[in-house]
Amino acid sequence: MPEIVVISGKGGTGKTSLTAAFAHLAEAAIICDLDVDAPDLHLILQPEIETREDFFSGHEAVIDPADCTGCGLCAEVCRYQAVISTSDGFSINPLKCEGCKVCVHFCPAQTIRFPERHCGRWFISRTRFGPLVHAQLFPGAENSGKLVALLRQKARELSSQTGRALILSDGSPGIGCPVISSLTGTDAAVLVTEPTPSGLHDLQRVADLCRHFTIPIGVIVNKSDLNPEATEAVRRWCAAEKADFLGALPYDPAVTEAMVRRQAVTEFSDNGLSAPIRIVWSKIIELMQRTRSPRMAVKATPVK
Amino acid sequence: MIIAVASGKGGTGKTTVTSSLAWVWGRKVTAVDLDVEEPNLHLFLKPEILGREVATIEVPVADESKCTYCRACADLCQFKAISVLGSVLLTFPEMCHGCGGCIAVCPEKALSSGTRELGEILWGRAAGRIGFFMGRLRVGEAMSPPLMRAVMTKLAPASANAPADILIDAPPGTSCPAINAVLPSDAIVLVTEPTPFGNHDFRLAHAAFSPLKKPMAVIINRAGLGDRSVYEYCHSEHLPILAEIPFDRRLAEAYSRGRVVADALPEMKQVFTDLAARLREWAPVESVRKEALDA
Repeated sequence: MPEIVVISGKGGTGKTSLTAAFAHLAEAAIICDLDVDAPDLHLILQPEIETREDFFSGHEAVIDPADCTGCGLCAEVCRYQAVISTSDGFSINPLKCEGCKVCVHFCPAQTIRFPERHCGRWFISRTRFGPLVHAQLFPGAENSGKLVALLRQKARELSSQTGRALILSDGSPGIGCPVISSLTGTDAAVLVTEPTPSGLHDLQRVADLCRHFTIPIGVIVNKSDLNPEATEAVRRWCAAEKADFLGALPYDPAVTEAMVRRQAVTEFSDNGLSAPIRIVWSKIIELMQRTRSPRMAVKATPVK
Repeated sequence: MIIAVASGKGGTGKTTVTSSLAWVWGRKVTAVDLDVEEPNLHLFLKPEILGREVATIEVPVADESKCTYCRACADLCQFKAISVLGSVLLTFPEMCHGCGGCIAVCPEKALSSGTRELGEILWGRAAGRIGFFMGRLRVGEAMSPPLMRAVMTKLAPASANAPADILIDAPPGTSCPAINAVLPSDAIVLVTEPTPFGNHDFRLAHAAFSPLKKPMAVIINRAGLGDRSVYEYCHSEHLPILAEIPFDRRLAEAYSRGRVVADALPEMKQVFTDLAARLREWAPVESVRKEALDA
C-alpha cells in the first residue's frame, strides 16, 4: 500500500490545512496524523473515536524516600542532572529523567523503582473522509518516534483490513526523532515550504533528511505570492535536484476561514485555491505511481 | 534574566519575535537559537560567526577481545543500543542516549568511551551588539535535547564573564525538545496566532509548561485573523497578553526578505520596544540563571 507523508521542516507552512484538503480529495485513503506532539488535523476532520488505547513507552526512575540512605550515588551516575538533592534525601525530576535505568542499577539500597511511563493515547476514528489514525502524546512526554511508528503500523493494518490502499499522513515540523520515524520506508514525502529564508533553509534540511533515507520528494510552495522570486528559486532548485515541483499556492484568507469553520479548504468551495490544490493532488498521485518503481538518490545543492 | 520564546504550533512567529526583541532590547543581550532541528534565527540576525565546534554524545566502543558475553551491558541498556547475540557483541551507536551505563557496568572493561556527532554549536555577534549562539543538529540525528544542553553549557562561561539577558528561540511542539529548550529560562513567552490550530497547540503548550512553575505570558501574532478562542483562554487562565502584532502583509513580506521586522518597519520597532520594556517589567528580575545554566 502506498504511503505518503506531508512534512515541511519549518512549522506553520500549511501542512495540516493541505493534508485536510488532500484527505478530502483522496479516494479510499487511511488518514494518519503523525504530529503526535501538537496534532491539529482532528480539528478539521472532527473524528468520532471508535478505538482508544493507552500508549506506554520506556520507564522512569522514582526514588522511594523512606528507604533512601542519602548516599548520592544516583546523582553521581546520572548524566541528565535528573537527580535532585532535597532536605529529605534525593528525588528524581521526571522532566529530566531519560529512563536509562543507570541509577536503578547502581543504587546500593536498591530503593529506586522503575515503573513504565504512560506517555499518551492513540485512537482510530471515523471521519467524513475515511478512517483517521491519530494520537495525543501527554504534554511534555517523550518517545514520540515510537508512537509515530505505532500509528503507522496501525494504519497499515487498517489499510489491509479495509482495502483502502493509500495511507496519507500529516507529519510534524523539524528533522528529529518523530520526523525520522514518519519517513522510514514511506513511498514519497510531500514537502510544504514557503518563500521565506527560513522556509527555504528548512526545506533543504528536510530534503537532505529524505535523501538520507532515499525517499522521493515533491515540493509545494505555499503563500507563494509573498515572494515570487523565492518561489522561482524553489522551482529551479527542484529541477536541479530532480525533485517534483508540485505547485505554487498563493496566500488566501480562505485557508483560515475554512479552518474556523472546521472545513478543508477544498470543501469550502467559494475560493480560488481549490482548483490549484486539485492539480497539486493529481501531481502527488503521479509522483506516487512513479516512485513505486526503483528509486534514485540525488545529491543536494543549495538554493540560490 | 533568561526568557524563552516558545509556541506549541510551528510558524506562529517565534523567530520574528526573538529577532525583533533582540534588535531593540536596549541592554546587553544574547540571542540563542535552541530550535536545533531547524534553526532560523541566524537568517534574520545575520551574525558574524566567531567560532564553532562539533558537539558529541558519548557512545560505547567495544573491544571484543575482552568481552566475555556476560550480557550485563545489553541487560542494562534501555535503548537497544548494545546487544549480545551468542558470542557476538553488537553496538548501535545511533540508538545510544549517552547514559554511560554500559561502560560503567561492564566487569571486563571491554567498553570504552567513543563519540557520536550530534551537530555543531556556532557563536558570534549580530549588529555589533547582540551576542549570538546556535545549535545545528546533524541531518539524520534523531536526538535534539543533548545538543541543546551542549549549547547552554557553551554559553555559560561567556555569560558569566559578561552578564547579559538571554533570549531563547525554542522549537515548536510540546514534547521533550520544547521542554528542554524552556528548562533553562526564568520566564516563558508563548507566541500564538488566533486561529483554531494556534489556539489548540497553545493550550497544549501551556499545559506542558505549567508543571515547570515558570511565569508565562502571551504574544498574539497575526491579530485580527481567525477567531477569539485564544483571547478567551488567556482570560480564563489569567495569562497576561503582553503584545498583539497585527496581521499585516507588509510584515510577512519583510520576513520573506530576511528582514528583522523591528528594523524594517518603524511602527514595529515601536511595538517591540514597548514589548521589551513590558517584558523586563513583567519577568522576574532576580534570575535563577546559575541553577538554569548548571542544568
